[in-house]
Amino acid sequence: MFVLLVVMALCAPLYAKHVAHTTPDRNNITGKVTVGGEQRDVVSLDGIPIGPTWQGEYLLGADQNGRDVAVRLLYGARNSMFIALTATAITTILGIILGLLAGYYRGVVDWIISRSMDVLWAIPVLLLGVALGVSLALGGVKLGPLELSGDSLWIPTLIIGVVGVVYLARPLRGEVLRLREQEFVEAARAQGASGPRIMFGEIFPNIIATVLVFFPLLVANAVLLEAALSFLGAGVRDPDPSWGTMIGEGEKVIITQPALTIAPGLMLVLTVLSLNVVGEAVREAIDPRARVRLEQ
Amino acid sequence: MSDDLLRVEHVRQWFPLRAGLLFDRTVGHVRAVDDVSFTLSRGETLGLVGESGCGKTTLARTVLRLLTPTGGSITFQGQDVTTAGRRDLAPLRRDAQLVFQDPHASLNPRKCVGDIVSAPLKRQGVGKAERRARVGELLELVGLPASARSRYPHEFSGGQRQRIGIARALAVKPKLIVLDEPVSALDVSIQAQIVNLLDDLQEELGLSYLFVAHDLAVVRHVSDRIAVMYLGRIVELSPAEELYHRPIHPYTEALLGAIPVPEPRRARRQRAVVGGEPPSPIDPPSGCVFHTRCPRAQAKCSVEVPPLTQYDGGHAAACHYPLNVTEAQIAASTRSPDSPEAAGDVTPEVLPVAQSA
Repeated sequence: MFVLLVVMALCAPLYAKHVAHTTPDRNNITGKVTVGGEQRDVVSLDGIPIGPTWQGEYLLGADQNGRDVAVRLLYGARNSMFIALTATAITTILGIILGLLAGYYRGVVDWIISRSMDVLWAIPVLLLGVALGVSLALGGVKLGPLELSGDSLWIPTLIIGVVGVVYLARPLRGEVLRLREQEFVEAARAQGASGPRIMFGEIFPNIIATVLVFFPLLVANAVLLEAALSFLGAGVRDPDPSWGTMIGEGEKVIITQPALTIAPGLMLVLTVLSLNVVGEAVREAIDPRARVRLEQ
Repeated sequence: MSDDLLRVEHVRQWFPLRAGLLFDRTVGHVRAVDDVSFTLSRGETLGLVGESGCGKTTLARTVLRLLTPTGGSITFQGQDVTTAGRRDLAPLRRDAQLVFQDPHASLNPRKCVGDIVSAPLKRQGVGKAERRARVGELLELVGLPASARSRYPHEFSGGQRQRIGIARALAVKPKLIVLDEPVSALDVSIQAQIVNLLDDLQEELGLSYLFVAHDLAVVRHVSDRIAVMYLGRIVELSPAEELYHRPIHPYTEALLGAIPVPEPRRARRQRAVVGGEPPSPIDPPSGCVFHTRCPRAQAKCSVEVPPLTQYDGGHAAACHYPLNVTEAQIAASTRSPDSPEAAGDVTPEVLPVAQSA
């Protein structure tokens, strides 16, 4: 299911070119489209966009700017998936490193990492995301060699990636705390292995299962967070499509043209649902007894 | 350099106990190992016995510098390794290896046997082809098929896993292997196999063993000498057979009495049994640590720490009122240099007759 969604997102340009004959951000406010033999305005004179036509052009209707919703939906899927997957990759890498460091070295290192996590956890994720998103988007980011303009996709990606670290690093830290006391770790130390070598050579292979279980859940989480941020205007910015921005735009005409909100909403539900199913399956396959939950 | 492979002098391993709401204060120490001295020669097996919690495992780990001792010194092959850093520990890490009690926990479940056994070689910078050959040799040496290399630990039984653990320890051709209760997690029939394997390996490779066990029956077969530990101290150190025939310390006698006999009705011997639990190592008894449970304890025992007294035949014990020794033997005895530093300068006495009943 999730794979199908990804394939759909990847095929977006094909669909746009050969079926819908448009691009995700081509405005067409004054244009007309033939539906069932009769000519109709894409956007009516009083500003109400056309509903689903169930044909090649404007399959799911248009938005206020006369852009094809189906095309934007697919392109939005690309953005949403890109952000979610990249953010989760960032989360995973950071989470593994921090979890290993905190769990293995304990003491001061653990204290610093764990307390930072507490702080991050104490702030509502959305609030933090919006605050960061708005402030970063206004000024752009200049971090050494890293330079991002305000409308770059990397800004929401980074925010979502960093915010999610807490959910992975904590359980991993616990796992590492348990593993480090195992005798095979002591055996490695008796052979003269260094700290990093034990962490990555001995302990890391044992936490991969946990990471695998968390991964789809984290992606689902990231998709939702991205949608929420974009909806609030702190994530992906117009004219770039994303499900969140599309819901945000559709919300203005939700009474007259609900399809505009329902379509991306359904996509969101499907994606998150499928990811959760994947996560559940992975969990069952690896350890039927373990209970993993993401709390937010 | 003398013939001593390992020399342990007055080693202490105290673990601080911390408490406090905001700031950790040290409120006391667990005296896991308290002033222990012994030497281990090349090719020798020293058995280390004592009941659970007496500090024998801690001592084993301290000797290998998995723990840094609180006090005392450890000399390995003439080199002081007491406080050596990771780099200076290289010779110890190469020449001394550890075999663990629990063969389930001591092998990384996510690594195949070949990787586990060759890990120490990799750390010593041995090339890939050579490692492969050596793993094959090692597996054969411990009686496992060469095909075992690509399988994972959970595919093996307890005894086989212990063999894998032994192969890993042997990989770097060590001179000393510390065996931390290597057979106590195994079935009795498997125990014998492993003990025999260890015996053969020692003969073949000229290894020294520090063999930690909690019962005297197992160590008897493999040890040249046996040290008995109680509450962090060595109370008796003796050539192996001698210990079974002539225990000097009352605690040793009690341990011997605890060995199950196949047919108790036929082999009716006097069994000394000590009651109660060992006292807490956080606040060990004054004087002789065993006096709270000793059937022979006298007033002096709770005041004076008994020195380790060296009797004839290389037999030493720390007791004010020793068993199985004559007055002449006491007269001929000397204070062992391995005595605890806190021990008084007193000679043992024969127990007053009125009390011995």
